[in-house]
Order: sequence, then C-alpha cells, then structure tokens
Amino acid sequence: MEKYTLSVLVYNQPGALARVASLFSRRGFNIESLAVGTTNMEGISRMTIRILATVQIVEQMVAQIQKLMSVIVVQVLPQGQEVSRELLLIKVACDQSSREAVARIVDIFRARIIDVSRGSMTIEITGEEDKNSAFIEMLQDYGIIEMARTGMVALERGVASISNVL
Amino acid sequence: MRGAEIVIQCLREQGVEVVFGYPGGAILPLYDALYGAREVLRHVLPTHEQHGAHAADGYARASGKIGVCLATSGPGATNLVTGIAASFMDSIPVVYITANIPRAKRGSDSFQEADIWGITMSITKHSVVVASARSLARELREAFFIAREGRPGPVLVDIPKDVLEEADDTYTFLDQDALEAWYRENRFLRQKGELFFQRQNRFLDEGALDSIAHTLSTAKRPVILAGGGVIRGKACDALREVMHRLDAPVASTLMGITAIPYFDRHFLGMAGMHGTRGANAALQKCDVLLAVGTRFSDRTLMNAQRFAPHAHVIHIDIDRAEINKTVSSYLHVTADARAILEPLAQRLPFIHRPVWWQTPAMDQQGEAWTPSHIMTAMARMAQYEGIVVTDVGQHQMWVAQAYPFIHPGQMITSGGSGTMGYGLGGAIGAQLAQPDALVTLVTGDGSFLMNQAELTTVARERLPIIIVVMDNRALGMVRQWQSLFYDGRHMATGLSGIPDYEKLAAAYGMEGSYVSNMEAFCRAYQQAVEERRSALILCRIDPDEMVRPMVRPQGSLESYILESREES
Ligand SMILES: Cc1ncc(C[n+]2csc(CCOP(=O)(O)OP(=O)(O)O)c2C)c(N)n1
Repeated sequence: MEKYTLSVLVYNQPGALARVASLFSRRGFNIESLAVGTTNMEGISRMTIRILATVQIVEQMVAQIQKLMSVIVVQVLPQGQEVSRELLLIKVACDQSSREAVARIVDIFRARIIDVSRGSMTIEITGEEDKNSAFIEMLQDYGIIEMARTGMVALERGVASISNVL
Repeated sequence: MRGAEIVIQCLREQGVEVVFGYPGGAILPLYDALYGAREVLRHVLPTHEQHGAHAADGYARASGKIGVCLATSGPGATNLVTGIAASFMDSIPVVYITANIPRAKRGSDSFQEADIWGITMSITKHSVVVASARSLARELREAFFIAREGRPGPVLVDIPKDVLEEADDTYTFLDQDALEAWYRENRFLRQKGELFFQRQNRFLDEGALDSIAHTLSTAKRPVILAGGGVIRGKACDALREVMHRLDAPVASTLMGITAIPYFDRHFLGMAGMHGTRGANAALQKCDVLLAVGTRFSDRTLMNAQRFAPHAHVIHIDIDRAEINKTVSSYLHVTADARAILEPLAQRLPFIHRPVWWQTPAMDQQGEAWTPSHIMTAMARMAQYEGIVVTDVGQHQMWVAQAYPFIHPGQMITSGGSGTMGYGLGGAIGAQLAQPDALVTLVTGDGSFLMNQAELTTVARERLPIIIVVMDNRALGMVRQWQSLFYDGRHMATGLSGIPDYEKLAAAYGMEGSYVSNMEAFCRAYQQAVEERRSALILCRIDPDEMVRPMVRPQGSLESYILESREES
C-alpha cells in the first residue's frame, strides 16, 4: 500500500461531491483526506483526494470515478512530481510559563501565531502532511484544545495542467 | 409550453411508444398531459410501481429500446427502488421519471417527500433533480443518451411538481436528425466521449487487436466466455465467427446464455455455480480465455483466485472499470463487443482442432417428469421461438441450464440482482415490446406470490402470456441451501396457505391447471400456444428436487457439492 493523490475536476452541480464520496464508501475505498474548492474555470471545482491503496485499487478507483457523469477528468498525480500543501489551524493551551517554548516550536516549523489569549495560542501552519503531523506531535505535550485541517491540495510540478484535457 | 407537456414531447422525440407508470399527487400535471397524448403514447398501469419498473426493464430487454417508467413522489418513487437496482445490475437502459414535491417545499419533510435522488444514487448510472422547466428538455435528452450509450443503465430524472406546471417558451421539438446533431454538439456528453462512443471504430487500437489475434491463434486450448454484453451489443454473429475460426468452445454466463444457439457443438452451456460440467471444466483447463461483455460475476467465478488457473485472460468490455476489477487480464480492450469482434474475426485464421471439450447432454427427450424435460418439451411446443422470462430461484437455473434457446435475447432474467418478483412484470414488458411473440413466464410458487397481483394487468391489457409455475410448495432454492448447508433445518421455506390457482385463474378469466405429468403439461401448454391466450399452468414437482450440479461456494469451478443427475 502506498499513498496516492487523485485530482478530480467536477462540474459544480448539486450532488457532484456526494456522488464521488458515495462511490468511495460503496466500493469500500478508504479516503485519507479530501479537499474541494473552485478553480479558475467557471462552474468547475477541483477535488484532491489522498488515499492509501495498491496500484490495482487506484486503477479501479480512477476508472470508477471517471464513469460518473459529473466528473470531467481524474488524474493520479505522478508520485514525486507533485507539490502538495495542507493548512492546519491548531489551538494550544499555554500560559505565561509555556508561551515562550511554544513560540520557539512555531519558529522552528515556520508556522505563524494568529491569535493569543491568556490561556491559549492559535497557530497556522502550511506544509506537507508529514510536517504538519510532526508539528502536532510537538504540541501534544502542551495540550491541544482543538484543531482543524483542510486536507491536502496538490498540483503537478512544472507547466503541466490537468485542465489540458478540456 | 408547460413542463409536463415538454416531458411528453421529449418522449416523442425519443420515439417512445409505451410508458409504464402509476399516478399520484405530485405527478398529476404529467398525467394530465398524458391524457392529451393518449392516442400516441400508450400508458400501462401496473398494480404496483415495482412491477411497473420491471415491466419497463423487460420492455427494454425485449425491444432493444429504452424503457420508460413513471412514478409519483414519496412511496411511489421508493417502490421503484428494487426495479431500478435490477436494471442497474444487469445494465438495462431505462429512464425512470419521478415527480417530487414543489421546489419551495423541498427539504421540509412535506407530505410524500422522499429524496429519491439520494436513495438511488448508487443504483443509477446517472440521476438528476430538474431545476426548472427551461432545463427539462436538456436533462431528459441527456438521460436517454446516457441510459443507452456506452455501458447501458438506468437513469433517474426527478421533477418537482411545480416544474411540471411551469411554462417555458424556449422548447422546440427535435426530429431524429436534429436530435442527433444536438447530441453531437452537447459539450457535457462530448466530455465523456470515451464512455459513449466505443461503438465507433475510431477508438480501436489496431496494435491491441493484433496481439489479441496472435494470442488466440497460437493458443492450444482457447475458450470463449460470453457475457450479456455480447447480446446487448448485438455481437452474437461476430462472436460465432470468432468461435468457428478458432474452433473454440463457448461457455456463457447467466446473462450471456442466448449468445450461441443451444445445439451448436461448440456451446458448453452456462458456467459457474450451477454451470455444466463441460463449461466449468473447459474454463479450468483452457490456456487462453477470451471473455467478452462480462464482469466476471462471483456466481460465474466462484473463487476468483482459483478461476481459470492456466489461462491468459483476454478481456473485452465496454466498461473500463470492469477491466482488472476481479480478474487480471493478460490483454484487454475497452470497447463495444461488436466493434471489436468483427475486425478481430477478420484477423483470425481458420483452425481445426480435435474436440477436447465436453458438450452437455442436451435436449431431454421422453416423458420423464423432471424440470429439464419440462424445459425441453416447452421449447419444442414453442417451436424454439418466443421469449422466456423467469423469476429467481431453482426454476430460473433450470431454464438457464436446460431450455434450448436458439436466438439471441430469448431469455429474460434478473441476473445480477436476482430479484424475486421480477418475472410477471418483466413478462408484461416483453409482451408489449413484442406483441406477436410467444412469451412464457417460468416462475416459482414463491416468486409468483410476490407479483401475482399483476394478473390484473395481464387480463386488462389482454396479454397472451403463458405462466408456468414450478410448483414445489417451497422457496426451493433457499430450501436447497438449508438441505445442503444447514442440516435440513427447513426454516420459513415451506409454502402453505397458497390459494387454489385454478380458481384464482378463473377469477381473472384465465385458464388454470395443475399438472403432474408430461402428457397433461403438454396438453395445457400446447392448447394455450395454439389459442394465443394467457394461461396459468402449475407443474407439481417434488420439493426435494435440487438444482444440479452445484459447485461448493468459494470452491474452484470443479469442486462439486452436487453432481449432475446423469453422473449421480
Ligand atoms: C426479493 C427477493 N427476496 C429474497 C430472495 C432470496 N431467494 C432467492 S431464491 C428464493 C426462493 C425462490 O422460491 P420460488 O420462487 O418458489 O422458486 P424455486 O426456487 O422454488 O424454483 C429466495 C427466497 C430473492 N432472491 N429475492
């Protein structure tokens, strides 16, 4: 099993997202993360799906997704040829005594403090999955109050574009 | 023009002649428009929406056209679900049109509201909720196109009641040519070109074709597995040409049964759980397997790991997602069966091979009162013409194993979904699609109890359907499993309290008879055939009768738990 990133362009119609999501659950495919947003093309959204799977399963997933009418194109990003980022907002418990230490970790990870209160600090970090996970790990000791991750978004390196097929 | 009228016009654009449907509050505007169109559009009212769905499905199977089925919101729509699932599993093109509550009330749990779009999401090829009268024609045209092109399947169009009432002045009727042009220019459909245009040779890969031809012509023991796609894709002639050139035997799946005439010396019969010994043995022995228009159902493979262990599999299917789904192929092409088999045949040499396969003992002559003798006798009286529709259970397997079909499409059955209660609705649809054909429904007493209310429709529409019930006073197939795997603890599989069917038939103005020997059966069946009238014939058979042979679940295709009658 390996990690794969799928990019899916869908028509921005009601239910398009539900159809893709239901396909994953019906066929028993496991999603690690899923992110959706609009694109530079009107009426077209892009889904980025991270999955842990074998090559055979990925091939099957792509074929099944491609069959959905609301899907325009599916692409498996070539491994090692992608740039990927995820945004994480994390609220850590900290008081006067620990604030300094947390701020140092923030620095090391090139994260950003976006809100501070007497008992907490909210931090924003953008990066690859592994980096964000390591960051969370480091903050574990101070007490994580809550957090939210956007899920991974990714593009292929270089001039190539998924929308070349359009 | 009002939305409801646009629906009628769109059905006429598509050349629809018959619709099956059941009215109700939300769909009233459409029924009002149907009233106006009653001279040109025949509406058939079943007694239950599920059977209406099966009828539309049976109509599609027997006519090669697209079936149309209407239902009202809420319970009307949910009653369709089993029928939609049956169409989906067997890739049958049916457009299901449901009405729903007005747009403004959507999501408020209003009276007879059901999210039929959501409920049927995973059992439709595509589905839409129509947003406005203006988009109605586009959605319906697309629905028909999507239902029939590529791998066919059911499409659901859910129309809010107020959309049916809304006026739109942009609609114009498209004749055949204009409609085709409209499809060609439709960007949404063109985007999915690779799904839809496989019938055209421009997608053919010459190199792949050459390698397939090479692999087949150098094989020592090639075998062909024919699936339902061969019949749907009208590729039976082409397949026969490939078969003759290679001098290779053909096994079929349940859905592919009529692809090759029963009496052809190359035809091994159905493979799988209740497959013939010849078909299963050939699959296990072959070195190259050409599988066409099949999704390798688990009922055919039994155990994917042990299936055709020595074979290089060449898989041809119209659906890319079926390739390597359950069986890894050595070579494959995503294409319409006919578009590929015709040029493939041209590339094959004529080979002559000693017969290494075993064709099943066919055509049971004589008076013995066994299911297979009944099938043979029936076919002879029908002069091998007409259509046989089945329900689900032992009787279905007996038809599949022993009824000698000689033309493609003669057998109509709910294969992938295995829907008991499919039969009578399916037969009604088939008879309406082919009014002159002899349509026989072979059913079980359990299945018939699920749909016998449709006798009303048979009587009202004066359909000359002959119903043959294999009357074993049991849910035979389940009882068989209880006998084999649950120590004969027969729970809830005995049927008692069944009505007197002679009287029931009489109540419908129909001839009904119980028969328990071949002579009586032939008399009853022959008479109904000659008089072209409906009849209900109940064949009394032993509840302990089993479907033979039977392969052990999860076993290889040759690990039998029951031998065939001749061998036991
Ligand atoms: C709707 C539905 N419910 C349950 C089943 C499970 N099932 C499969 S075969 C069968 C028995 C069928 O009995 P009958 O119609 O009498 O046919 P027989 O097997 O006796 O020929 C049952 C209950 C099914 N296939 N479909």
